Amino acid sequence: MADELERPGEEPVEPEAEPHLPSPTIWPFAFAGGVALLLVGLIINWILAAIGAVLVLVFGFLWIREATREIRRVPAPVSTEPAVSELAVVEEEEEEPERYPRSVFLEMSTLGVGALIGGIVTVPALGFMIAPAFVDQEYGEVDLGPLANFPQNEWVTATFQSNRAEPGNVSKRTAFIRNNGVADGVPSMTIISNRCAHMGCPTQPGGLLQKPNEVQTDSGTVTLRVTQGLSGFTCPCHGGAYDNEGNRTAGPPVRALDRYEFLIREGNLVLGKPYSVGKVIGEGAKAKIEAYRLADPGQHVDGPEKVFYPPKFWIP
Amino acid sequence: MARQRKSKRRQQLEAMVLAPIDWLEERSGLVGAVKYFLFRRVPAESNWFHTLGSATLTAFLVQLVTGVILAMYYKPDPESAYSSIQTITNDLTLGWLVRGMHRWGASVFIILLFLHMGRVFLFGAYKYPRELNWLVGVILLTLALAEGLTGYLLPWDQTAYWATVVAININANAPIVGPFLGDFLRGGAEIGGDTLARFYSLHMLVIPGGLIGLITLHLYLVIRLGVTEPPWTRAAAGYEFVEDGRGPVRRGLVEPRPRGNGSIGTPVRDEVRP
Repeated sequence: MADELERPGEEPVEPEAEPHLPSPTIWPFAFAGGVALLLVGLIINWILAAIGAVLVLVFGFLWIREATREIRRVPAPVSTEPAVSELAVVEEEEEEPERYPRSVFLEMSTLGVGALIGGIVTVPALGFMIAPAFVDQEYGEVDLGPLANFPQNEWVTATFQSNRAEPGNVSKRTAFIRNNGVADGVPSMTIISNRCAHMGCPTQPGGLLQKPNEVQTDSGTVTLRVTQGLSGFTCPCHGGAYDNEGNRTAGPPVRALDRYEFLIREGNLVLGKPYSVGKVIGEGAKAKIEAYRLADPGQHVDGPEKVFYPPKFWIP
Repeated sequence: MARQRKSKRRQQLEAMVLAPIDWLEERSGLVGAVKYFLFRRVPAESNWFHTLGSATLTAFLVQLVTGVILAMYYKPDPESAYSSIQTITNDLTLGWLVRGMHRWGASVFIILLFLHMGRVFLFGAYKYPRELNWLVGVILLTLALAEGLTGYLLPWDQTAYWATVVAININANAPIVGPFLGDFLRGGAEIGGDTLARFYSLHMLVIPGGLIGLITLHLYLVIRLGVTEPPWTRAAAGYEFVEDGRGPVRRGLVEPRPRGNGSIGTPVRDEVRP
């Protein structure tokens, strides 16, 4: 190739001048079709997915075989005889004791030490960069003030700072809270996060918001608005809609709205960790909640698609 | 060839002007390198569509320069990000212009990228031996889109915040890697000051570094492989004009475009007269 560049006028050597192109092949199309079928099948039907997987394997194999034909043909059957004799010659030459000249040793050791230093510098830096993806994310408790502000069987829209270390309103969050009274001797609360389960926009309550009631607590100012005649929640971004228990009724969300754990401390309602919900059966205190570890909006927690979002098992 | 003889005085003047350039060339060879880069042979029928690549490069350079200026005034923390943008736009002399160039230039950059990609596709310029340059271009396209994504958060207003919430959650929906990608982009479980700092660093250090490196590789490959003829030319169809006066000679259709600095002049083989 270099020769050809330097002396463009000369006749190129015949095998060098051949374009290194794979022969035209139809297999990639069939392969792509298989991939599409596999993905559609994962959503619709496992049998379709299996057929797609078989197509992918078969046509992927055929495609690779076609594309590598030129490479694999290098040990052509014509050159069998001389190749054997050449091999023999090479082996004879290698009979000599192997020699490691000092220059080779220095070359290798320089490269090795360079790689080592590079690794020592780079690996911790990269680890520092991607660490947030691998460690447990902690959620602090939020004090929402006296339980008396949450009348029984009324909805209250509460706005609070989830993390007071963040400046401004960056950590402002909203939850929809209903006091279900006491069930089996235990206080029952329905506490639904307003983060839409589709893409994380703030859902809005479909009800009449009363005058705000600002309460000072250990977690800063909490704004409580009694919400009358609630009929579900809707999201302004892409039109996701939920019923009063947070179950999806329309739009793109893939699961129900997230909820908060809670505890009652010295007469105050305290929010705990948020968790994700597949769906809710029943209502209020008798509701059966399919709870999962908190997942990002849009991630499936149940159904066949959950295989795409495996839990980080090293986090308790 | 009637060249006018230059006067002695003029020769002296020229020598004086050229002296620094000669000095540089003798010690570095840089002048020759720049000439080699700028005065390449291109196909006779190259046209305005061939300028889309350099137009994209120009748009990128505009982003680079205006971005560096903006970085001198922008403060990437949640308390002051929004107000620093307000200061740049309303108070600083010509701040509105620099920010406007960066804001709208971003769209120009992306649009030109796609037009350039369309030109390369329609002219068949991605074919052997230029497949690698197409692949480099695809990576450049994704990096440019990532620049758009990370830059969008920096004004730190309601649009920026919620658009980024949605954009990060779209990333977090990728199969298998999604949950990791989401936490990596946010720098934690929730969007906050860490996210802003992270996006700022990605936007002005990490991704531009990658872009500059890959653009260099892209240009190197363009210089090495030369420019493709437009598909309607005889050369692209495999014809070559030969000196013996018998008219064009057709080469094999799968014959590669000649490599090297320029795109004409490979020897003719397998002569087939049309």
